[in-house]
Amino acid sequence: MYPSEFRYTKEHEWVSIDGDTATIGITDHAQDQLGDVVFVELPTVGVRTQAMQSFGTVESVKAVSDIYAPLTGQVAEINETLVDKPETLNESPHEDGWLIKIKLEDKSQVDSLMTAEAYQAYIDAEKES
Amino acid sequence: MVDFGGWDMPVEYAGIIDEHLAVRKAVGLFDVSHMGEIEIRGPQAFDLVNHITPNAVSRLEDGQAHYSALLYPLGTFVDDILVHRMGPEHYFLCVNASNQEKDYEWIQSQNAFDAEVEFASPKYVQLAVQGPRALETLGKLTDTDLAAIRYYWFTRGEVLGVPAIIARTGYTGEDGCEIYVAPDDGERLWNAIMEAGEEFGIKPCGLGARNTLRLESGMSLYGHEIDDRITPYEARLGWIIKLKKGDFLGRDALIKQKAEGVTRRLVGLEMTGRGIGRDGYRVFDGDKDIGWITSGSPGPFVEKNIALAMLPIDKGGAGTEVAVQVRNRMVEARVTPTPFYSRKK
Repeated sequence: MYPSEFRYTKEHEWVSIDGDTATIGITDHAQDQLGDVVFVELPTVGVRTQAMQSFGTVESVKAVSDIYAPLTGQVAEINETLVDKPETLNESPHEDGWLIKIKLEDKSQVDSLMTAEAYQAYIDAEKES
Repeated sequence: MVDFGGWDMPVEYAGIIDEHLAVRKAVGLFDVSHMGEIEIRGPQAFDLVNHITPNAVSRLEDGQAHYSALLYPLGTFVDDILVHRMGPEHYFLCVNASNQEKDYEWIQSQNAFDAEVEFASPKYVQLAVQGPRALETLGKLTDTDLAAIRYYWFTRGEVLGVPAIIARTGYTGEDGCEIYVAPDDGERLWNAIMEAGEEFGIKPCGLGARNTLRLESGMSLYGHEIDDRITPYEARLGWIIKLKKGDFLGRDALIKQKAEGVTRRLVGLEMTGRGIGRDGYRVFDGDKDIGWITSGSPGPFVEKNIALAMLPIDKGGAGTEVAVQVRNRMVEARVTPTPFYSRKK
């Protein structure tokens, strides 16, 4: 279910690394917990994201959730589709619903993120508690 | 699941938008057993209920209900409630889940009458069947002629062969019924209604859709639009205040407020800029903080971002342009008449 080539955070973001570019999104588990996404607020291109700090917001009908940057870098591209079609986040969280792409400053930060297996175990434990 | 006044309640089943639209277009089923019930009986049951609530209890006939409130002497809300007249010496109050103990203690403390107050919540589960196909759905399970029950009336009948209070009431802005049965019958009734509504596309609905439906319909929720600091006049619920009926709790304060005029009032807002106003967000006129959003959300049927807000009286006119602080941004909004949605009758 969770792509093995991605890395994951405890805040339910996923990261896909391609050279020194990281694509960031929220996981299927996150979109399921949020419910119908109706609004996405993303940073502008060129802004610096700081690992562990909020870079945007996803709103469902019922709630507002901050999205935290898994890694430090500069925003290279944002997913414009989400402005008019926020529901893409529910329909395709791991592909068409990506949020932003950043140019990484320090690739070694990736090592601190969870593998798909570790993330699956993490959400299983969260469900039980 | 969320904890709601000690109850584990689903916020949503399949999704708030789908559930909301099912109620607007067909039928939805809500388990609202968390709502509280208080029964008042005795030779002076009428006198007690008429003393603690502002609406004219004398106008109720057996089998009739009305929207009302429990008010403090200051005219502010203990709770908002439904009063059902079961008989000349028997009234049945439906109250908010999170207020039920407080309400019961408040009523007891005001009971200087020959009346008995019973905390009856454990005796009932309540299911709400709401939407244009609600009566057809429930009609399959009862001999009671549901269409003959007028809006805000109720009857004691049988559903699935067990005793039930069937009321033509609801909190969604749609036609429908609220049914009270004994807890042991709840699960069987839920399953039977789901089956009866299947051909209409019935959906189980959670607290999320209950909230968006009542918000589109401009209805108040305790702890948001109304609380122990807000009066019915401020909440635009002056129609439940019957000053001419004689003395009742809060009357003196309300007479004074009515004479002086309210300084703030609940209004509807439509977000005209990109952003969603949420509960507690501040409302601005230029750079002046003038009030707050009491409830705000996307309206799934009206397809607009809507809110109710408490604003000064001079900023409450329809068409007034204001701004809502959404995190670090100001988003334009416009005062609009409520309800945002009303069904075609």
